[in-house]
Amino acid sequence: MTDRNSARVWIWIALISVSVWSLIDAASSPLLAYRDPIYIAAGIAGVVAMILLLAQPLLVGEALAGINGRPARRVHRICGGALIASVVLHIVALWLTSPPDVVDALTFSSPTPFSLWGVLAMWLLIATGFFAFLRLWWRIPPRLWRRVHGATGLLIVSFSVAHAVLIDGTMGTASKITLCAFTLLATVITLRKRRIF
Amino acid sequence: MTHLKQTRRRFIASGTSLTGAAALTGTFGVMTPAHAQTLAPTPSMRGGANNYRPDAPIVEKIGGGGFWMTGSVRRVGDGAPLEGIRIQVWAHTTEGHERDPHSHGATLTQADGTFRLEMPQIVPAFGQAHGHLAYDSDEFETVFLRPILERSSDTSLNVGFVLTPA
Repeated sequence: MTDRNSARVWIWIALISVSVWSLIDAASSPLLAYRDPIYIAAGIAGVVAMILLLAQPLLVGEALAGINGRPARRVHRICGGALIASVVLHIVALWLTSPPDVVDALTFSSPTPFSLWGVLAMWLLIATGFFAFLRLWWRIPPRLWRRVHGATGLLIVSFSVAHAVLIDGTMGTASKITLCAFTLLATVITLRKRRIF
Repeated sequence: MTHLKQTRRRFIASGTSLTGAAALTGTFGVMTPAHAQTLAPTPSMRGGANNYRPDAPIVEKIGGGGFWMTGSVRRVGDGAPLEGIRIQVWAHTTEGHERDPHSHGATLTQADGTFRLEMPQIVPAFGQAHGHLAYDSDEFETVFLRPILERSSDTSLNVGFVLTPA
């Protein structure tokens, strides 16, 4: 095994470890005792979205051993779809739990600063997914797409990290900070490595 | 709303500004009545009315208790304490979500304008451990508040209302 491959095996191990840690931490929170299943599902969907957000730059940067080239980009697209699905589930479940709080967030009139970052990230994510889908028929010049998607990707990650870090009561603090730091790091390294900017 | 969340930093900050004001006016004695006469009304907070259920019953205690929601109600301008004012309280607690009827209750202020209502422990919900309070009767203008707990482990919250006659 080459050095590069062994590094890429360690990235797999890091991805799986931080994912499992984040999920176990969130699923064993004592606060869950005071929450309905739908509200718990909303939180877990948010954690899953944060994990998929870490997987995205690792996939497209070919940082995971065994997933290269076209398959890597295919899995990146599937993960992108799953990411949008988790965010939709997150919002629908929050809306079922407390409609006025979600309406406030979506209309940018929420008293909580983190909801602004979450909603901005959501719209950027949906727009990115929309154009990624449209790209199957409508030829967007690849260089333009790389630039734009690189920028939206960085913003989605940054806004999502701001959203998650400011929230109290869903994720464990240490696992959340680790997951967010990994995601930011992976995003910046991938953008550099692929010379997007 | 400095009276909602008094912290050491804010206390020092307000102390500094008071000292500055005292230096300018020469004495506290001149300033205090002037301040009291211009007591500003409490504005409603964003999201304060979320999951509000009008006409929550007046109760001795909400659920099993353990957390104290306390505060005062005064009149705008002269700051006179208001007695018999109905304050409604609700929150996401260890015993239920905000929308649940049993998470809601109301109490009346005493002669000195203060109120105290015991309720279950408030827990973080929608990202912040917070409570909701409402004044929503005829005599004064409606006010909805959504104060945040300094720490989610806090077991009490003190909230001030300054009401404007309707």
